[in-house]
Amino acid sequence: MKAVCWMGTEKMSVENVPDPTILNPRDAIVRITSTCICGSDLHLYDGYMPTMEQGDIMGHEFMGEVVEIGAGVDRNKLKVGDRVVVPFTIACGRCFFCQQQLWSCCDNSNPNYWIAEKVMGYSPSGLFGYTHMLGGYAGGQAQYARVPFADVGPLKIPAGIPDEKVVFLSDIFPTGYMGAENCNIQPGDTVAIWGCGPVGQFAIKSAFMLGAERVIAIDRFEYRLQRAQEAGAEIINYEQVDDVVQLLKDMTGNIGPDACMDAVGMEAHYHGPIWAIDRTKQVLRMQPDRPNVLRQCIMACRKGGTISVPGVYGGFVDKMPLGQYMNKAITMKTGQTHMMRYMKPLLDRIERGEIDPSFVVSHRVPIDKAPEMYKIFRDKQDHCNKVVLDPWANGAAAA
Amino acid sequence: MSEAARIHLRNAQGRHHRRAAAFRWSALVTGGALALIGLSKRSKSGVALATAGGLLSYAGARVGARERELIARSSILLNCTPDQAYEFWSNFDNLPLFMRHLESVTLMSESRSRWTAIGPLGKRISWDAEIAFNRQGDVIAWRSLPDSEIYVDGIVKFRKAPVERGTIITVVVVYQPPAGSLGAALAKLLGKDPNFMMRQDLRRLKALIEAGEIPTVEGQSHGPRSSVAAAARILNPDDPIRGEGNLADIAEARRRAS
Repeated sequence: MKAVCWMGTEKMSVENVPDPTILNPRDAIVRITSTCICGSDLHLYDGYMPTMEQGDIMGHEFMGEVVEIGAGVDRNKLKVGDRVVVPFTIACGRCFFCQQQLWSCCDNSNPNYWIAEKVMGYSPSGLFGYTHMLGGYAGGQAQYARVPFADVGPLKIPAGIPDEKVVFLSDIFPTGYMGAENCNIQPGDTVAIWGCGPVGQFAIKSAFMLGAERVIAIDRFEYRLQRAQEAGAEIINYEQVDDVVQLLKDMTGNIGPDACMDAVGMEAHYHGPIWAIDRTKQVLRMQPDRPNVLRQCIMACRKGGTISVPGVYGGFVDKMPLGQYMNKAITMKTGQTHMMRYMKPLLDRIERGEIDPSFVVSHRVPIDKAPEMYKIFRDKQDHCNKVVLDPWANGAAAA
Repeated sequence: MSEAARIHLRNAQGRHHRRAAAFRWSALVTGGALALIGLSKRSKSGVALATAGGLLSYAGARVGARERELIARSSILLNCTPDQAYEFWSNFDNLPLFMRHLESVTLMSESRSRWTAIGPLGKRISWDAEIAFNRQGDVIAWRSLPDSEIYVDGIVKFRKAPVERGTIITVVVVYQPPAGSLGAALAKLLGKDPNFMMRQDLRRLKALIEAGEIPTVEGQSHGPRSSVAAAARILNPDDPIRGEGNLADIAEARRRAS
């Protein structure tokens, strides 16, 4: 089959690899019909997430048809022929964390638990196509994928809804929604959201769904800010203002946003000496993250407010305003998305016509173009917002 | 001092007492140099030569280690009742399912069993053990018979976790490797940190009991791998994958940043 492989920093390549096979009883094999490039894949493309290995298959946003299931898969939940969206987190469904609905903290899905344990103390769940530290699972930017614990994650999709409306249930729609839910939105609240990429765009819509009065969206690309504005947000182009934190205070009567969301993560862009320090440390692999959005969130958030972090970070960081965080009585909520909590309710919203997630799509290309799309997406060329790959374009499967 | 703290201290002292440490480091450096020379040839034979050289020097370095008592201890929360966990463990046939170094445990009689482990290069190590103490749903202890070549004594305790959180099991296994090649093989099998090996075993046990299977990515598809990464993994299997983050990449990234 064809698969997008990570061959090194900024080196992606479409390779012919063997089709996946069932390795464990609860596995299924899915023939992929749509798959996407995620903003978090760019952290891998840029080489900042440790424990990638040459030849790893990328991708964690995919859907398709079940073509094979293992002997241990519960037939009442999944069978051959089902059309499914596959969540990017892998969960066993039976450990303490799964039973608490903390699906992205599953204790049994990371075969390389010990690597993550060394870095984080404990390991979160395994993820598709996202470093060996988080499982080393082959990803879904391919024609087929092996899906472990297939009777827990995959969500069945009724016929008649096009892929584009539901494929984002695999990650970014639930991720944006959980980001908004983690803001603990109360009536009258103002939510500030850093990052207007696809997750930020879903977060803006979700924040309004959850009752936010105002959403203030922060980015530097006009085409993204325009999308935010169309969704009803007030916008700040941070490259055109002196001080985002001061502006947020001015916009809120000096009280600050009730909730601040970091939908950017480890590769934020900013200016000044702190940028030089963070950037240098990142390049020297001394610190995987450039955490300035989180710093701004802490400084801008109102006293007693909430910070939500759907943006991905990799490890230890310096120069965090911890005293400010403590003294202002702020609550911070984080985590990879607990996908299975949100997929079904959000599918219901799509079916009821409350939202059509396909609004994020800007590029639809055959999988062979994936390597160049990574570059275009990273460099924000061509107003690139969200890339959907067709694994079967040109008709024929690779040998 | 708690039992756990005492054992931690003892293992730490054990590590400290490896007087061969300096020698081992130098051997590792030599191995590394060999590896570099081999890898610079950029051929398959070069890589093979390099890894073989590295492994040899590494194994040679290990000979300097002193024989001593090795203790592996860990605990884990299982999402099942103490009785279920006890039932699973008391059937010794189940142990090789999650203790990766064990090939088999065969019952000879109700209380006696023959244990076989696979050591380095497929070398089999066997010993006989008997049940020393056994209380339903609570504790199982076993010890190797007096005439064994290797002494391996172990105990597992099952304790109900608060509310409905399942069972916390605590396992302690004490190994007494003999002098000579058998002891060296056992020491090699246990790796640098017996506690780490035990943690890995208990993780597999947890997955097996809770999820019904042990998660794996062995045998899945992937694109072309790098021979450098493969060689590095053979040299040090305990080292996390470092991708291609080498000096050249760092220099390149630095150039781009400026």
